[in-house]
Formats: sequence, structure tokens, C-alpha cells
Amino acid sequence: MSASVALDRRDRGGPAQPLLHVDHLTKYFPIRGGLLNRTIATVQAVDDVSFSVRKGETLGIVGESGCGKSTTARLLMRLVEPDAGSIVFDGDQVGSPGGISVNEMRRQMQMVFQDSYSSLNPRMTMAESIAYAPRMHGLAHKEAYDRAESLLAQVGLNPRQYARRYPHELSGGQRQRVNIARALALEPRLVILDEAVAALDKSVEAQVLNLLAELKEKFNLTYLFISHDLNVVEYMSDRVMVMYLGRVVETGPVEDIYRHPRHPYTRALFASKPTLDPDRRTTEMPLTGDPPNPINPPSGCRFRTRCAFAEAVCAEKAPALAAPLDGDFDEALPHLVACHLPEAQRATRGPHA
Amino acid sequence: MSHTTMDEFATRALPDAADVAAAPAPGYWKSVGQRLSRDPVTIAVTLVLIGILFITLGAPLVSGGDPYTGNVLARLKPIGTPGHWLGTDETGRDLWTRLCYGGRLSLLAAMLPVTISLLVGGFLGILAGYAGGLVGTLIMRTMDVFYAFPSILLAIAICGMLGNGLTNSILALAVVFIPPMVRVSETVTTQARHLDFVEAARASGTTTLQIIRYHVLANVLGPIMVYATSLISVSIILSAGLSFLGLGVTPPRAEWGLMLNSLRQAIYVQPYVAALPGLMIFITSMCFNLMSDGVRGAMDVRLNK
Repeated sequence: MSASVALDRRDRGGPAQPLLHVDHLTKYFPIRGGLLNRTIATVQAVDDVSFSVRKGETLGIVGESGCGKSTTARLLMRLVEPDAGSIVFDGDQVGSPGGISVNEMRRQMQMVFQDSYSSLNPRMTMAESIAYAPRMHGLAHKEAYDRAESLLAQVGLNPRQYARRYPHELSGGQRQRVNIARALALEPRLVILDEAVAALDKSVEAQVLNLLAELKEKFNLTYLFISHDLNVVEYMSDRVMVMYLGRVVETGPVEDIYRHPRHPYTRALFASKPTLDPDRRTTEMPLTGDPPNPINPPSGCRFRTRCAFAEAVCAEKAPALAAPLDGDFDEALPHLVACHLPEAQRATRGPHA
Repeated sequence: MSHTTMDEFATRALPDAADVAAAPAPGYWKSVGQRLSRDPVTIAVTLVLIGILFITLGAPLVSGGDPYTGNVLARLKPIGTPGHWLGTDETGRDLWTRLCYGGRLSLLAAMLPVTISLLVGGFLGILAGYAGGLVGTLIMRTMDVFYAFPSILLAIAICGMLGNGLTNSILALAVVFIPPMVRVSETVTTQARHLDFVEAARASGTTTLQIIRYHVLANVLGPIMVYATSLISVSIILSAGLSFLGLGVTPPRAEWGLMLNSLRQAIYVQPYVAALPGLMIFITSMCFNLMSDGVRGAMDVRLNK
């Protein structure tokens, strides 16, 4: 965890300074149509999202599909330009004078995509794919390929066997290992894992998760772990952030969130998690229906249309992230929840259950 | 690199790696070559094309005659005449010799427009596809203007405007082929641009030119080249058509389309001889078409592998 991190030579603010600090990140995708290609609607993919990632920790981001997890990742990598908000990487504002440039940030922050196949160039061998970025950044040919081979070995693929293979000759798990190696080729400090294990078989998934944990130790990495799989997030993360329809609804240490989820949505999410243990049979109402359309999200609290506790205040104004209303607030590892209603935060089951 | 020792089996850490212990498969282009070498049709048409290329480029050696001197006494001899095994044309010139020489201009007038449109159209299409936005819209909408005219009419109109002659017919055809070339390149580039590996390359902070060079071009040139090859067959017919109409090569030069035109009056006297230039056009065009089909099929590996 954060305390055990050895100081990186690129470290600037010391261990107390968050590696990544995101403030009011917002992205509305315009939907164009009509004769003049005017904007006829906007999808509020990410709306006013703020969070920070500490050095050496793993922050898990969970939520249903379409809640803005992946858009957040793409915004962080600047694959998509944000409409508003700031990204501060180790104290340096990204893309503003006096801070660091987007390209500098990208060398320290890398991403592993969900689709292991389409994220590898079909015309490049594994070694070429891994060596590509270091070579383009000026590393000599020989050194870049040496690094590629060493990384292949680090992710558990024998370089003599795999360096010259093409993506279609590898299994999904092997390809994802290569993708991880490729992300590590620039020696990043933060790795965004966007559903990186979602497409893998359960047995392979476990191996890749263990590999990720091992690499994190070895290279002093910080992870942003995006997944819809609650078990995987619990296993990997130190802290968790729950997103719903482009907003953060709850964030806090993983044990806290998993043991005492405060937000009705978080509880509903956990209720939908299947369990085979009869003693842990769920009593919470599972979520029904689809999330509302992000083109026209509900006013106020976005969850209110599916929330059993919703009251008039929920439609009037959007709740801000704040300490839970029933007290215990830990300054160092805050548990924050975006909900107006104390009874909704306290309840273990719905009022009409 | 190609064999697996027992050591490697022993040292390999992961069970999920165990299923691919065989020798590394060949690279992409090598495997395309392998598939092509197993395709009898593609081999056959390629051999025919090589044959045609040989008799046209090596025309002086193969035919041994002069395409411009004729014997007025030996006009319109049938196929199989001693000394003129494919007969003679309406001014008594040896048809075999003229077919060999004629192929030079026919192929030149067909391949050069395709090459020009490949360079210009490919560049514009990749630019439009990768840049997208305003640049893309501007390029694509400009190309749409050309689509308003049927290709042969457009070629005739341009040729009529510029005047006849080989250069002008090549230019006219190049203009005709640029819009479809742009459209095909734009489509494949747009598809490639949205693949995750291009995003990953962007995320690694490399420049746009590097991404295009290493990631986009390699995945886009194949389909574009295949399309260009299929255009050659159209181009042969169109350029011969322009010559036939008197808009391309001028007499007395040998060119298949022009020969077809001048021999058409003899169609009742020597129908087989008169049909020969047309047959050459047909064979060449079909062979290019089949070859591009074969290459397209061989390149389409990822889906059926």
C-alpha cells in the first residue's frame, strides 16, 4: 500500500501527494443530426467526476455498463478530450503551461484495453508491438527489443517462443499478457486497466490478476482498475469508486464499501452479485430495469428513478459526495457517499421489502 | 527459433501457455503467399499475365517483325497463313506483331492511370480517413461531385476537353479512378483508426506520422492494393474504349482498342482476325480481375483462422 512505496526517481511530491488527482472531469458527447449537422442532443457520459489515486494503491472503479467507467479512462489518457475538468499528475497539471504535456503524462500513464485481440496490431509480432513505443521515443533498436524480450519473460511468456509470433497465434490470456507488457514498456507509474480481464476465462483471469499483483510489486505501479466484476474489484483494490450514469455515487476503502455500502445503488449492485453461500443469501432488492438514458438523465440524483427511498429532495438537487450522515468519518481514508437521505444510507434493505 | 527444446517446456511457467508449443507460424505476408500458392486459379491467371507481359515487353524478340510495315498485297489474311500465323490486318501488317507491340501501349495506358490514382487517391483517402472532421468531409464531398457522372462519360468528357492522345487519355482515366480510390482508402482507414491498437499507439504518446506509418499503413495498404488491381481490369477496358472511339492513341500506332476499331470494318471478311484484339483485352482484363479476387481471398485470413 501507499506507505511501502519506494520513492521513484520521477517522484515529485513525495508519498503524501496523490499520483493522480482528477477534478470536475466532464465529457458530454454531442449527438449530431439534421441537415446542418447540428447538435441535437448530448450524452452526459462523464459528469463532474472528481477523485484521486494515491501512490502505490489500486483504485477500483465499478458500475454497470454505460456508467462512464471506460470514458473516464479514455479521458484520463486524453484519447478523448474532456469538456471540462483538470487532471493533475503528481502535482503537475496536465496540458497546461507550467504543468506537464499530454505526451509526457502518457509516458507515465499507460492503459490496457479490454479486447486483447484488437488492441494488438495484427501485422506486428509480439516483440515489435512491445518495442514500438520505446523505439518511437528514441530507444535504440537493440535495446528496445531487449526490453521487449525481458518484459515478455516478466509477464510469463518465453521470449524465445513468443517474441516472433503474431496476435492470431496466441490465446486470449497470452495476448492480454502481451498487452500488459506493452503497457509497461514505457516504464509507466500508473496503469489503467480498463476491463483488462473481463474477456478472459475464469482460470486465465485468475492467473492474469495474480500477474498484475506481482508486477505491481515489482515495478512500484499504481493501478486504476476498471471492472464491472465486483469480486475481481474486491480482490484487486485498496479503494473503490462506484459510478452510476456518469457520476460518482460512493467512494471509500474497499473493506468499508463492501461491508457497509451506504449508497442505495451500491447496495443494489452488491445484491445483484450472485453468491452460492446460503448464509449470505441476499435480502436486498436487486436492481430492475435498465439505467435511464444518459441523453436525458433524471434531474437531481440520477439514481432516484430506481431508488426505493427517493423523496422530493432527490429530484430537486444533485447530492454531492460527502461523509455518511451517520458519523464515523476517517480523515485519512474517507468514505464518501452522494445521497441526501440518512435512512437510505442506513438501511440494509428497502423500506417496503 | 523454430524448434522447442524440452528445457523450454520445463521452464515455462504458465499452463495457459502450454497449448501453443508448436513452431511459430510464418508472418502474415508469408502465410498469404502460402495460401496463394495453393490456389490454382490465381496461379494460372498470374502465369497468363506474365506471358502477356513477356510478349509485350519482349515484342521485338517474340514477333520478329515490324508493326508498322505492311504488305498491301497480303491484306486480311486468315489465321494460319504461312508467315502470318495470326493473319494480317486491313493494311497487310502482321497481326501477331501488332498484338505484341499493341500490348505495350494498352498496358501502359491501363496501369499508369491506376498507379496515379493509387498514389493520389490513396493519399487523400488515408488523410481523409485518419484526420476525419472537416478535412475528411471536405475531401469526401469533393469526391462525391465526380460520382455524379458515369465513369466512361467522365473519361470521354475529359478526353474531349483535353484533346486526344495517349497522355490525355491516361490523365482522364486517372481522374476517373481517383474518387473510388479515395473512397476505398477512406473506408479502410476509418475502420483501422478506431481499432484499439491505434488508440494504444496514441496512448503511448507517439506522433501521428509514426502511428500512420507503423500501424495504419500496414493494415490499410493490402486492401487498397487489391482494389487497385481490380481497377486495372476496368482501366484496360476503358482505355481501349477511349482508343476505340479515337480519343486515345492515334493511328498508326499499335494499341488493342485502336486495332479493334480499325479492324471492325473487316468483321465480315475475317471475323476471327478482327476479334483478336478484343480477345486480348478480354483475357488481360479477366486475368487481372481473377488475380485480385485471389489475393483478396488469400488476405482474408483473420476471420477463417
